[in-house]
Amino acid sequence: MRVNLTLLTVMGALYACGIYLILERSLTRVLLGLMLLANATNLLILATGGYAGLAPIFSKETAPGDYNDPLPQALILTSIVISFAVTAFMLGIIYRTWVLAREDEIQDDVEDRRVADTPSYDAEDDAEIPVETSEFPLTMLGTDGRAVSNRPPGDETGSGDPHPDDTVRAGSAVLTVEDAAAEEKPGSTNIEPGPEGGRK
Amino acid sequence: MNIASLAPLAVVLPILGAALTFVLIRHSRAQRVVSITLLSLTLLLECVLLASVWNGGTIAVNIGGWLPPWGIVLVVDQFSSLMLVVSSSVSLAVLVYATGQGMADGDQDAPLSVFHPTYLILVAGVSNAFLSGDLFNLYVGFEILLTASYVLMTLGGTGPRIRAGVTYVVVSVVSSVLFLIAIAMIYGATGTINMADLAIKLAELDPGTRTLLHVMLLVAFGIKAAVFPLSFWLPDSYPTAPAPVTAVFAGLLTKVGVYAIVRTETLLFPGDTLNTPLMIAALLTMVVGILGALAQSDIKRLLSFTLVSHIGYMVFGLAMSSVAGLGAAVFYVAHHITIQTSLFLVTGLIERRGGSSSMDRVAGLAKLSPLLGLLFFVPAMNLAGIPPFSGFLGKLGLMQAGVQLGTPLAYALVIGGVLTSLLTLLAVARVWNRAFWRKPSDAEHPDPVLLAAPGDADTGTRHGRKNVILLPRTMVGSTMALVLLGVGLTVFAGPIFKVADQSAQDMLDRTSYIRAVLGDNAPVPAIALPDSEPRASGAADSQEPAPFGAGK
Repeated sequence: MRVNLTLLTVMGALYACGIYLILERSLTRVLLGLMLLANATNLLILATGGYAGLAPIFSKETAPGDYNDPLPQALILTSIVISFAVTAFMLGIIYRTWVLAREDEIQDDVEDRRVADTPSYDAEDDAEIPVETSEFPLTMLGTDGRAVSNRPPGDETGSGDPHPDDTVRAGSAVLTVEDAAAEEKPGSTNIEPGPEGGRK
Repeated sequence: MNIASLAPLAVVLPILGAALTFVLIRHSRAQRVVSITLLSLTLLLECVLLASVWNGGTIAVNIGGWLPPWGIVLVVDQFSSLMLVVSSSVSLAVLVYATGQGMADGDQDAPLSVFHPTYLILVAGVSNAFLSGDLFNLYVGFEILLTASYVLMTLGGTGPRIRAGVTYVVVSVVSSVLFLIAIAMIYGATGTINMADLAIKLAELDPGTRTLLHVMLLVAFGIKAAVFPLSFWLPDSYPTAPAPVTAVFAGLLTKVGVYAIVRTETLLFPGDTLNTPLMIAALLTMVVGILGALAQSDIKRLLSFTLVSHIGYMVFGLAMSSVAGLGAAVFYVAHHITIQTSLFLVTGLIERRGGSSSMDRVAGLAKLSPLLGLLFFVPAMNLAGIPPFSGFLGKLGLMQAGVQLGTPLAYALVIGGVLTSLLTLLAVARVWNRAFWRKPSDAEHPDPVLLAAPGDADTGTRHGRKNVILLPRTMVGSTMALVLLGVGLTVFAGPIFKVADQSAQDMLDRTSYIRAVLGDNAPVPAIALPDSEPRASGAADSQEPAPFGAGK
């Protein structure tokens, strides 16, 4: 099969420009890119028919190899019609975007942005449930001795290891955080509380 | 006169209906009657076609009397006729739903006069794609349905729909261009675009060229079917369209892509050349898709992600290239079309009853409308694959085929499939807990319609019109019909699985397809199943026996 080099070169150039253009954000350029891609493809189909030959009208004197292959041209006609319809529709959409937003740019998806901005913390699913084993209403402590109650989820000031000087009130007694946490844990020294409230 | 020669009517009837509804564009009642009648007729015809190929084997119709491989040929085999019946039942239900919505709302949300003809053209495109036995005609079928879907996607021309429409149109056009390039290259390499003829001639090509053509087709169809790395356009564009449109898109359009992939893999490029990449793509599609679903708070978006995720199951079944796997995939396609569409229809009802499809805004629907709860619950459990529903049966078939195959990758896919199924359950259970079970006062931003006194629960204000019926009987009825169809797939799973397995056998064997198109003397390149007996195709049209040899 002989192939026309000019056709192939033009086709390559059209594909390159088309791909460059559909990567733009401006809708008109995207449309131009799509049109170039469609036409480049039409050239590709034309190239598959081989080098130009005689019109495919049967006559007894012509050798079969001299005719042009008519099928690619029929395919191209169909694809031209289809790309024409799509182009017209895209123009309609672009005009509508212009009427609505006065700009020719592809808009961001609001819902996408919203989902992306969702914090990983979910108030319903991820709320930290304090461990409460004491029968006294102490300031609620997590298992690691962090006080977790009455603190908004975003507030991270109390996070990390408790400072040894932090204290909590237990009734009238004032305990250091670590001791209070030790009392909350199973097997703590709290089994026989001393007069000062279980100080080790 | 063979019953087979009626096959083109599956495409012609909807197009005729589109023409009639265009003429009747000012008479909405006549439009409704015409479109529903013609679609019912199409469905009836397709049931007859399914019945006639059930035992009789594959039927080919030469359009305009041109013999293959030169003319266009429509092929009805068990897979395509099963797809036709399922897709037409679903599109009929959605059409009834859409007319119900239009009658209740007026033309505010979706201008129905344009809807009817466009919708029928969409159905014609889908039928054409399912029937086509010619690669370029398949492209035309795709373009018919895509162009109709562009219009449906941007119906009403509101801001969000136009934005979503742009993404959708550009992605679809690029995939169509890729498909066309592949067709051009295939024609350049083999000199034919008839699929049966290609099945013979592609086998003679150099393996490198074959792989190139194979990959190009798969990428083009992969975009349309939303297989993982090519699926990002789908959840972006589907949810903004009107509820019935999203429902029919979710049910049909991606499945046409899956159908095309199945045909490519079984008929054009048999063997297991690309099975490993396909399996990896299937695994990623399942897992990434369902993880996306978990992050969503809008029900429509969540369902779009489950749609992407469950495409992975079908690709998995296909990539195993075994009768069991492909049969399960065929069953799964039929199941998923029905279930996914009914879930989207129910979401449309939730949106009407609860005022929104966002899970932050709706709540307490189980008490307000127990029927709606039931309509959501059944297909949701079906989607998640809870026994005894058809989703469970389909997944079970896939798992069995995967274990039968026994490779490490197949086991990975089986585990991924189970995991995806569980995560799907988690996703739909979240919807259930939030939208149906909790009290309206617990919702983050409850819609006023939920807090209204129970007395005026049946009507509400939509688009400035007061006293609109929130749950019209036609909409609920058509949704219920689809849900029942889904349950029916469970009840009649035995016979349907039998058809699916038989069609898988035929597709992997290829003899009946190729002989139906090219005549009984056509040589079939040996591949695939060594033990399957080539069945004599009794259906090759008596008037057009095309004595066509491969020697060319």
